[in-house]
Amino acid sequence: MAPVSLLVVLLLMSTAAYYFGRRKAFALSGRAEGAVKLHSRPVYHGALTALWCAIPALLIFGFWLLCETQVITQLVLKDLPESIRSLPPDRLNLVVNDIRNLESGNFVSQTIDPAMQAAAGHYRMLRSISHNALAVITVALMAAAAVFVRSRIAVGLRARNQVEAIFTVILIACSTIAIFTTIGIILSVLYEAIRFFKVIPVTDFLFGLSWSPQMAIRADQVGSSGAFGAVPVFLGTALISAIAMVVAVPVGLMSAIYLSEYADKRFRAVAKPLIEVLAGIPTVVYGFFAALTVAPFIRDAGSMLGMNVASESALAAGLVMGIMIIPFVSSLSDDFINAVPQSLRDGAYSLGATKSETIRQVIVPAAIPGIIGGVLLAVSRAIGETMIVVMAAGLSANLTVNPLQAVTTVTVQIVTLLVGDQEFDSPKTLAAFALGLILFVVTLCLNVIALYVVRKYREQYE
Amino acid sequence: MNKEPSADTQAAVRTLDIVKSGLNRRYRAERRFRFYGLSAIVLSILFLALLFASIVGKGYSAFWQTEIKLDVFFDPAVLQKEALINADYPALIKAAVQNLFPEVDGRQDRRLLNALISTGAGYQLRGMVLKDPGIVGRTVSVWVAADDEVDMTLKGHFRRDVPEAERRMSDKQLAWLDRLTAEGRVERNLNTTFLSGGDSREPELAGIWGAVVGSAFTLVITLALSFPIGVAAAVYLEEFAGKNRWTDLIEVNINNLAAVPSIVFGLLGLAVFLNFFGLPRSAPLVGGLVLTLMTLPTIIIASRSALQAVPPSIREAALGVGASRMQMVVHHVLPLALPGMLTGTIIGMARALGESAPLLMIGMVAFIADIPHGVTDPATVLPVQIYLWADSPERAFVEKTSAAIMVLLTFLVVMNAGAIVLRKRFERRW
Repeated sequence: MAPVSLLVVLLLMSTAAYYFGRRKAFALSGRAEGAVKLHSRPVYHGALTALWCAIPALLIFGFWLLCETQVITQLVLKDLPESIRSLPPDRLNLVVNDIRNLESGNFVSQTIDPAMQAAAGHYRMLRSISHNALAVITVALMAAAAVFVRSRIAVGLRARNQVEAIFTVILIACSTIAIFTTIGIILSVLYEAIRFFKVIPVTDFLFGLSWSPQMAIRADQVGSSGAFGAVPVFLGTALISAIAMVVAVPVGLMSAIYLSEYADKRFRAVAKPLIEVLAGIPTVVYGFFAALTVAPFIRDAGSMLGMNVASESALAAGLVMGIMIIPFVSSLSDDFINAVPQSLRDGAYSLGATKSETIRQVIVPAAIPGIIGGVLLAVSRAIGETMIVVMAAGLSANLTVNPLQAVTTVTVQIVTLLVGDQEFDSPKTLAAFALGLILFVVTLCLNVIALYVVRKYREQYE
Repeated sequence: MNKEPSADTQAAVRTLDIVKSGLNRRYRAERRFRFYGLSAIVLSILFLALLFASIVGKGYSAFWQTEIKLDVFFDPAVLQKEALINADYPALIKAAVQNLFPEVDGRQDRRLLNALISTGAGYQLRGMVLKDPGIVGRTVSVWVAADDEVDMTLKGHFRRDVPEAERRMSDKQLAWLDRLTAEGRVERNLNTTFLSGGDSREPELAGIWGAVVGSAFTLVITLALSFPIGVAAAVYLEEFAGKNRWTDLIEVNINNLAAVPSIVFGLLGLAVFLNFFGLPRSAPLVGGLVLTLMTLPTIIIASRSALQAVPPSIREAALGVGASRMQMVVHHVLPLALPGMLTGTIIGMARALGESAPLLMIGMVAFIADIPHGVTDPATVLPVQIYLWADSPERAFVEKTSAAIMVLLTFLVVMNAGAIVLRKRFERRW
């Protein structure tokens, strides 16, 4: 039985268990002369039956499917001829892939020999045994659970409390997913990064000035020496982010000031959503815009002025990234400016200050911690932005701060190193995880600082 | 005795003078400042307009496709009854083209001539034959797609007045094309392939339906996981959890995850889902899992503020008549908070729909021509399809990319409009 149809059967059985348990409760309540007062409403008895029916079965179902592939592969490998089993691990992996492809009827990379054919047949047989066993076990378990819980249903059964306890556990489990995600990110990135740092020393990576992530297949090939000095990559990221902030901070801040201090209600009602539309546009669209409209425009403008502009200049990517971040800066600053108490404004006006003087000398200084927090969040977003730079910035790691030249960024390198076929034992692939680690740590620090500053600021005026 | 103005009034007069003399300058500064603010807004809106104009301007023509009318003779000699599926359909096209231009001779010229017609035209004929085998032996006028270079030339994207060597189409081809146009055999029709087909290396055969289906599968997985989990987490944190170190840790984590770059989630998906659990590459299932982790913080934060907006009096009333905490939440608080939660979820889904970076990491960037049929089939999604096309060298893909962006933006507008309507309809002021 295929897992999907088994899942449907499990759900149907749970539904049946619900009615099964509920009917028993109804029967109990109406049995004696005059209705008996149950502790919980029959609905809860039904729910309890259904939950006890579904949860263990679903846990087994998930766990089984997770382990199935591994176990079956091991079993199949054990029966392969000695000549194949003694292959090195990466070759063995290829064989396993071929067996799986053969089994599912896809193309395979080599000629099919009888041993492989037999292995594929073996694989298929084991899998169908495993699926059938799973079906039998879960269905039997569910039936047993339903019958057992039903037999426990009595007038005094505290079904509601038990159902609620189960639900509370589920709620707690859901709320911890955030923690597990963070742990998962840290572990997965750290694990591969450490493997990378075993080959390339950390100091070489952090302070090396040349980046050309490649590993030789043969010792004598051209460009066989890879270099993993990430400084040009970091510098490129910083350059593009800086350009983006130069665009986004003044424009975002000024529009926030205008919207919250000058604009009347009607103008605000139109302009604010329009600016926020900029935040809802997918980054891949910005990337396309940067690569096909902005970059050629800057290149042509540069050549008219007699300057040599790379067609993948940092300026184009940074500019468009800045546009993307404008609404982010403006809506955060808007919040913080609105949070400044009216009494401060009134005080400044009563001293004869004009509106702009009030804004510049009273409101902005009062809101500055919040604004800085917002800008830090924006910087973290600019550093982590991927699609715009992948499409509009270059691949070559130039050590330059000239915005008219092509630079590369951390995210671009991660994407280029990991898209396509990878081997997980080459420093080239692992380098992506090392870059990811740096990216995660840097953005994490920025976020923590920014969130702390913002929270402190919010408390100040509450 | 002359009455001198006292020192006090003198000072006052002087202050007033100073204020007055500076007043004009200050008013000018005020106007300038105001102007800066307004121009910042105008600039942002101008960027937006420019973005839309450039996309629509480039993309609208992709919804039309140049087609050429051929009189195809369904030659029984080519179409053997038992092998209709594998018959040599391109030969029929070539014969039909040859019929139109009997004077063209020589291998090279014939190849140039055949290049006017899309390589996919054969499939169109095959579809016609398989649908109605009775067509064999007759001559039928068929509109077939023109090659993308013909399409681009006729849409004016290639200049015709440059020297032949710099052109994609030779003088001969242009002459043939002009003759076809004069005979009324060239027409621009609605491009149904674009909306109904899968990806292709040939621009005139490439469609976005495969990507749309892939996006739909991915979003269904994301929604099915992130909405219940997000709501459950928000309910626990708002309604049940006490204020202690554990919940503080969860909160800090959620806020941080909301600001973690999306590509990091891709790395997580690659390392955990693909390499550790061995889930299939390029599958919407894995894409949905990664996007779930990415959108969860958004949904949790939105759901929490929706719960906070429900007044405490509702809770107290429910508890007062003897409801348990769980009953109070499920029967009273949740229904009132649900519109807000749904709004947040739709916005989260819209973000997930536009997200591409983490999906590149888990291999959803492969070239996939088939329409996916399930969540474990290899698939791609709309934004990644846009990225792939934007990278393709053919000029015709620029137009396809822009058109795909228009489709994506349409979906986003519909989703966000839905969120706004929901908010307007169910927003309650207590």
